[in-house]
Amino acid sequence: MIIAERKPIKEIEKMIMPYKKVLIVGCNTCVTICMAGGEKEVDILASSLNLLFKSKHKEIEFIKRVVERQCEKEFVEELKEDIASVEAVLSLGCGVGVQKIVEVFPHIPVYPGLNTKSIGAPEEEGVWKEKCVACGDCILDKTGGICPIARCSKKLLNGPCGGSQDGKCEIDKNLDCAWQLIYDRLKLLGKLDQLEEIIPVRDWSKANDGGPREVIREDVRLKNGK
Amino acid sequence: MEFEPEIVIFCCQYCTEAADTAGASHLGYPANIKLMELPCSGKISIIYLLKAFEEGADGVCVIGCEEGACHFLRGNLRAKKVVEYTQKILEEIGINKERLKMFNLSSLESQKFVQISKEITEKIRELGPIF
Repeated sequence: MIIAERKPIKEIEKMIMPYKKVLIVGCNTCVTICMAGGEKEVDILASSLNLLFKSKHKEIEFIKRVVERQCEKEFVEELKEDIASVEAVLSLGCGVGVQKIVEVFPHIPVYPGLNTKSIGAPEEEGVWKEKCVACGDCILDKTGGICPIARCSKKLLNGPCGGSQDGKCEIDKNLDCAWQLIYDRLKLLGKLDQLEEIIPVRDWSKANDGGPREVIREDVRLKNGK
Repeated sequence: MEFEPEIVIFCCQYCTEAADTAGASHLGYPANIKLMELPCSGKISIIYLLKAFEEGADGVCVIGCEEGACHFLRGNLRAKKVVEYTQKILEEIGINKERLKMFNLSSLESQKFVQISKEITEKIRELGPIF
């Protein structure tokens, strides 16, 4: 899932200051789970902004909506009537959600209310951790199911480095050394011999350095396909 | 004319007994207190607290059982965290966080309920109207 967190309210204030009527749109999927942009958070942000503007004797009317998935056109299109009645949109979706609203409704300003942080998972109540960086060329089969690209501070393919001490990373003593975790997991599986295989230098062209990546399934395309 | 603050107290069902007893014992507490009973202080949520301010409260407080004595084990500890988080939001939007407070008492402490009511009323009177 996508992990995000709300931007500071002062930053949001600057974005929506020029408007009188703003639509706040949450998303029922990832950002609901990480408690950044679901129905509750839309309510909380609208209420916080109401209080903020009341204290500045300014009035902005907020319409609150939550769509099932802000990253899909079909769900975003449901906002058509609401968008026609406002001057701007404040999205509490991830970066994809913001851009999807822009694509579907190009004529209205859309602002991000969240900072999209990572692809990760809930670790415990109130803690979400990054697990994947969508590098485009998964090597989890070689590393015991633990990703060194996302979880090693140095993104080492053949770790650990000399900074691994007592299972922790030299960058941050609270951070587990990914290569220690990989070692422990392979040991558990009885596959420590896998570590003798040198993982070659990565082809980073599969990551996002070369611009946005695309996945195409010709068999399911309805238009532009052959 | 002296400013009379609007105060909302979200109180767990057991702590409201302290308020009832205060009434029955003719222990007066400020008339500007609006008491909202919750099944447990753990039921409190950020939006309840913000809405109370939005609807005109100058001060809000949450009263739960003493730590370690919650009838639902950890409800009051959860309430404490919710109050602390909401205080951060208040600070972010430029509202003095002292306008929101959490107190703990037992259902028998009607005197303490009166004292808390007076204390919060005095504090908010000192801070003045929220807007």
